[in-house]
Amino acid sequence: MARLHLRERFKDRDTAIFGVLFLGALVFPIVTMFATGSSALIAQAGHAGTFVLLAIGLNVVVGFAGLLDLGYAAFFAIGAYTYALFASAQLGSSPLHHSYHLPFWLMIFVGMFVAAAAGAILGFPTLRLRGDYLAIVTLGFGEIVPQLSYNLPQWTGGINAIGGIDQPSLPAWITGPWAGANSISIIQGAACRVIGSGTSFAPCFSFGFDPIAYYALVVIMIIAAVILVGNLYRSRLGRAWMAIREDEVAAAAMGINTVTTKLLAFAIGASFSGFAGAYYGASIGLVSPDDFLFIVSITVLVMVVLGGMGSITGVIVGALAIYFVLNTFLPALPPFVENLANNVGLGFLNTQNGDWPGLAQETQRINFLVYGLILVLMMLLRPQGIFPSRVREQELKHAAVNEDEAAVEQVHAS
Amino acid sequence: MSQQPTGTDNILELTNVTKRFGGLVAVDNVSLSIKRGEVFALIGPNGAGKTTLFNNVTGLFQPTSGQVVFDGRDITGSKPHEVARWGIARTFQNIRLFDYMSCLDNVRVGRHVRMKAKLWDSLFKLPRERREEERVTNEAMELLRFVGIARQANVYARNLPYGQQRRLEIARALATDPKLLLLDEPAAGFTPQEKMELMQLVKKILARGVTVFLIEHDMKVVMGISERIVVLDHGEKIAEGSPDEVRKDARVIEAYLGKSA
Amino acid sequence: MGGISVPDSGFYIISAIAIVLLGAQAVSHPAAFIQISIFGIADGAMYALVALGYTMVYGIIELINFAHGDVFTMGAYIGTAILGFFAVNENSFTTINLVALLLVFPVVMLIMGAINIGIERVAYRPLRNAPRLAPLITAIGMSFVLEGVMFLWHGPATVHVPDLLPHGPGFQTKIGGVFVGFKDVFVVVTAVILVSLLAVFINRTRLGKAMRATAQDRDAAQLMGIDINRTIAATFFIGALLAGAGGMIWGLYYNNIFYNLGFRTGLVAFTSAVFGGIGNIPGAAIGGLLIGLISAYSDYYIGSKWTEVVIFGILIGVLVFRPTGLLGMRVPDK
Repeated sequence: MARLHLRERFKDRDTAIFGVLFLGALVFPIVTMFATGSSALIAQAGHAGTFVLLAIGLNVVVGFAGLLDLGYAAFFAIGAYTYALFASAQLGSSPLHHSYHLPFWLMIFVGMFVAAAAGAILGFPTLRLRGDYLAIVTLGFGEIVPQLSYNLPQWTGGINAIGGIDQPSLPAWITGPWAGANSISIIQGAACRVIGSGTSFAPCFSFGFDPIAYYALVVIMIIAAVILVGNLYRSRLGRAWMAIREDEVAAAAMGINTVTTKLLAFAIGASFSGFAGAYYGASIGLVSPDDFLFIVSITVLVMVVLGGMGSITGVIVGALAIYFVLNTFLPALPPFVENLANNVGLGFLNTQNGDWPGLAQETQRINFLVYGLILVLMMLLRPQGIFPSRVREQELKHAAVNEDEAAVEQVHAS
Repeated sequence: MSQQPTGTDNILELTNVTKRFGGLVAVDNVSLSIKRGEVFALIGPNGAGKTTLFNNVTGLFQPTSGQVVFDGRDITGSKPHEVARWGIARTFQNIRLFDYMSCLDNVRVGRHVRMKAKLWDSLFKLPRERREEERVTNEAMELLRFVGIARQANVYARNLPYGQQRRLEIARALATDPKLLLLDEPAAGFTPQEKMELMQLVKKILARGVTVFLIEHDMKVVMGISERIVVLDHGEKIAEGSPDEVRKDARVIEAYLGKSA
Repeated sequence: MGGISVPDSGFYIISAIAIVLLGAQAVSHPAAFIQISIFGIADGAMYALVALGYTMVYGIIELINFAHGDVFTMGAYIGTAILGFFAVNENSFTTINLVALLLVFPVVMLIMGAINIGIERVAYRPLRNAPRLAPLITAIGMSFVLEGVMFLWHGPATVHVPDLLPHGPGFQTKIGGVFVGFKDVFVVVTAVILVSLLAVFINRTRLGKAMRATAQDRDAAQLMGIDINRTIAATFFIGALLAGAGGMIWGLYYNNIFYNLGFRTGLVAFTSAVFGGIGNIPGAAIGGLLIGLISAYSDYYIGSKWTEVVIFGILIGVLVFRPTGLLGMRVPDK
């Protein structure tokens, strides 16, 4: 198949969206640094990137293979704890009495593998069953994992979380002696390693935490994920997943081993979550069971469904949109309303008065309601998602040959 | 998994196949054998157990008792995907396409079982995977041409007209490179014109070296293309033979027209 | 099929171990065991009421109705508001208390029924032919909306529900070292009455039969002249009647409610529905009772922080070992 010309590529909706997203990702840190002078927004964007990764991974499970996973955060937790336990002083105070500081670049793949293995172990007995049972089992699993980490504080730190997690470090030949303390400082992890001491993690918080480095890392990870998942989508395996999603019986009759194919989707989805978890642990420096509750699974699912199941561009846009709503739009509402009230002469509403908690507080209380309404309305207006998956334009190229096909058919049909 | 070498003439042999659902006997002790390269038809009144018999062959059901031998291999109780790999493909009575996939993708899914790409090949689009994809796309287009719907290659399967959906299902089944093709009422709901086209298509399929085993209600189609016919009634085989023999068989007439006839 | 399969035997082995361990406790400390069982039965009765709504809705449209737990909580919130109109006495059981009690149940149930019909109409019906996950997302959305409304109403703090049932030392008896309060009896009796009414409705009335038919095969039911929309609406209505009553009972029993109470209660009730075989109505009632007992035993013998792990472990175990649920009657087939 001949490669498409650039102009034709831009007619392709998905390619255009990828282009816009990529340019946006490049321009974003520069613009925000100039505009705000701080890297706070970039740190937030790095955090949003975690959710983009999660959404891309869950899309493999839900969008491609049509399996409902309601406990996706559990695999996220597994990835995060895998990294946190083996890259902090935590295990020193555990019954093991020995802390490990394994490198990030190794652990990110270990986290991925451990999460995938957990997915396979959980999926194997359940994927043979029909229908929504997987959803229910994952729901249960998603509840158990954070509970275990609350209940086993000697290992996981429980409610106190694991802190002082190592920062990733790049090898010296990349950083070199010319790198200043803050230039590419994903490097500094080594500085806080005091082997055998459980308490010397304090400098890690302030040291070598450069949002731009994490932002760059997550953008690279997302690009890699998009390429790899896109490859899968347009492959033998991707078609098998979609066939199972559409009609499992027919898929089996076509020679697809539905159990192993579904298991693969489930494990690959889990591996993305584990991968994102390890990154998350490193970028936040703190892993707490609160980060992996049911609401996280639901949020990622909402990102996928709202963006458009099965469509990679859709879920990225969905993830960014929901992240924006949850972390920027809703928190910004109360002060906005407060200011508005002051400006239009309703300032008295801002003070607490008896049952009235004050306008800002009241607006904050309304967040839940607004989020719920957004979900319901979006689903009612676009049940297929914002950018639903479509027959790929690449294949619509065949439309050009359709004229020829007509002629060929005449011959065949003779 | 011992395999007795059977007569190479027969591609499919059923021996005393019985399928019970609770107290209901859907298929009752049916034996039949299909010769390589023939068109073999299974007919019978509604509810005679024809589709159940198909499902027993393709692994959707496990026979309660009896044996299914395909191409010299005992496939009794095999899983559907294994049966497909060994060379039996099928269509469904109520069309079961992959609705939200293009026609091309439907056929390429059929090719799945003959493809070699592993997870890593697909993940990194290795050259051999690219070559395989390209080859499979061409093969799939060729099959769409073969059944006469190549122009619809990029259309969602659900958006095809009914007759073309049946054709697409056949193309998808052929994509698995079957030795034996099971067609479950392929002419149902067809106009006389479409039935003629279907009969031609079956002959073309036969010419590819595929044996055809079909369930069909339309006697014109059945008598027109099949060499041998088995008649099922209430799960039991009541007649077997050439179209002419079956047509004259007293039990068949009785089964179709009722005892009063 | 037939006979005991390997997964089935796993299920029996685990159940047997649990029963032996509990039996040992029952023999060594009978009073404590019975006391825990009474708490468990009371909790279980409330879970059962909520589980019925999950199982009925799942049976008929295969939707895990995430908003159902919040319908339960909402019932308690609205009931509390209604009780605010009465000069109920929390210290002794007055006539006003009795009148309020008799009035609040039907009113709360009807209001919740109406709200749930509204939810179905707005959020689920338009999506009946949409992708399968779309109504699930709106269900989650509706759950947030309901929680949001309650949050807006009373904020994050717990809300006190008037303790108007007869309580205190005068209204409990001690039988062999075991306390049985009036409240425990009230909860169980009310739940039994409601479940019996439901059973009569499902088995005897036209609408009940239509519901069962629709759950079996929606298309066939439609061909037989059953009004599908009306039947589904009725299912939501009845589910909400039970959940509303359940919420009210919960409020009267524990006297404390909060806006996201329905989240955990809903998950536990849903587990009960799965335990009993999702879609199976008697199963949900029995499942609720058993989950109530199991969580009470787990609270006492293992420690309450492990209860959630135990319950969801059971959820996974049941689905892996015995996917048709405890009664093993019917598997939803899609």
